Amino acid sequence: MLWPYLYAAPAVGAMAFAFGFPLVQVVRDSFYAGSFDSPIWVGLDNYRGVLADPAFRESLLNNMKLLLTVPVMLGLGLAIALVLNDRIRGGRHYQAIVFLPYVLPATAIGIAFSFVLQENGVLNTALRKAHLGVLAQDWLGNSHLAIGSVGALVVWQQLGFAVVVFTAALLALPPETAEAARIDGAGWWQLQLRVLVPQIRPIIELLTVIQVITVISWVFNYVYVLTSGGPGYSSSVMELYIWRSFSNGSNGTAASVAVMLLGMAGVLIGLSLWVRRQAIAG
Amino acid sequence: MRTTARHGLVRLLSQHAFLLIICLSALYPLWFIASTAIRSNAAYQLDPTGFPRHPTLGALRTILFHQPLPRWMWNSFLVTVSSVAVSTFVALLAAYAAVFGRFRGHRIFLSTSVALMIVPPVTLLIPMFVFMVNAGIVNHLQSVIIFYTGLLIPFAVFFMTGFFRTIPQELIEAAASEGAGPFTVFRRIVLPLSGAASFTLIVVQAIWVWNELLIALVFLQNESSRTLMSGLAQFQGRFVTNEPLVLSGALISILPVVVLYLSGQRFFVRGLTAGIGK
Repeated sequence: MLWPYLYAAPAVGAMAFAFGFPLVQVVRDSFYAGSFDSPIWVGLDNYRGVLADPAFRESLLNNMKLLLTVPVMLGLGLAIALVLNDRIRGGRHYQAIVFLPYVLPATAIGIAFSFVLQENGVLNTALRKAHLGVLAQDWLGNSHLAIGSVGALVVWQQLGFAVVVFTAALLALPPETAEAARIDGAGWWQLQLRVLVPQIRPIIELLTVIQVITVISWVFNYVYVLTSGGPGYSSSVMELYIWRSFSNGSNGTAASVAVMLLGMAGVLIGLSLWVRRQAIAG
Repeated sequence: MRTTARHGLVRLLSQHAFLLIICLSALYPLWFIASTAIRSNAAYQLDPTGFPRHPTLGALRTILFHQPLPRWMWNSFLVTVSSVAVSTFVALLAAYAAVFGRFRGHRIFLSTSVALMIVPPVTLLIPMFVFMVNAGIVNHLQSVIIFYTGLLIPFAVFFMTGFFRTIPQELIEAAASEGAGPFTVFRRIVLPLSGAASFTLIVVQAIWVWNELLIALVFLQNESSRTLMSGLAQFQGRFVTNEPLVLSGALISILPVVVLYLSGQRFFVRGLTAGIGK
């Protein structure tokens, strides 16, 4: 049979073009410096330069700091899903509202957050009105707080995703186990933590891996509109570092960071495929 | 007995209170965007937390009639429709071939798709940009359409194979044994069954393209070729002291998504969580 090959060919071709070609090319670019018209072979110099650059280290560290959003988001998401799972009245409406932020454009939402969080923005004005002026901070301009503000935005937007995934997983559980535990006299908390949560553990693990990939490699949008990586590089992330280097014409530098990011993502993607297999098998 | 009833009531109330707080924080930024977009800049600067007591359409009018925003919306619309249409069609064919044609290497093809779903686009950006420069289409919508189409395909293939596997193989075999060719089977049997699944896929992809910023920012750098998201990012820097104006742009970019969400919420939920499901 020939037709399946013909039918699959456009997809294979498109994937080769959009993924295969740039993945190979970016690795090559990372060993060269200068403009794309007259590249100069520099071996590993781009990598050495990047690793010695404090701005890169700061960006990498910020990606690591954003990892803290993962437990916050999953914990909160799980709590909401468990409450919704109690067949609470209006549960569907609650879920619809909680999921809404996840579909909205991060650019528009990020701009709104930047107005809320800026020095004389809504949050500080509200705090001062409530005589809590001591709590007012320069949420975006203070180099210690800026990445935390980015994290808050990430949690705000992605929380609904965790809620929906967990709700679906809880709904798919056989009701008998929970029923048996209830008959055995298990309290509400016991039921949640000892019976329900362990059963959806594979899904929790899979979502953890997915969210780790997200905060390592998919947060450009949030950072760009909220702080542009500032002040200085204090809230920059690897993606933003790539973008800045590339905009300055340091193509080799940008490519070498892209390769490192790809390496990290690759490990995580491998992990996710493995966890996914476990989740489906379980 | 009475204490357990009271316990139940306390738990019920605290559960609702908890969910209400979560929902209010989910909705607050939307309220902030919508309520600020209808205030005058003077009123906003005087008190950013205030209620829109004297609503005005001034900012919305400015942004729609004296700024390039309608052009950017049109660009976003064109980019979204073309890349989603092409990627959906290409993925439908490939998924059909992988599930019912079972060509050699279809397993590798499918696991490659799953792996590519999570490749960060920023790592592909630089070679792609150089390619677009050489092809002479930087600052033309084609450049992002081509790239988006390619980026969408792995998820689309993954999603449609998942759905096609639920179609009984006998149905296809019966039609084929009656002499129907593969394209006839595809058009007469598979496509009509895939309505809801295709629609879900289209919604998810459309949202992704509509919301994308990084690639649009790099590939489309002149005023008339921007998409809505990269245009908004420009507004943010250009009108730093006119929040109502910038937020009315944000409001306009959000509205189509919210309308689509309200009209077909289940499609969103099903499609966007598909990467996780079984």
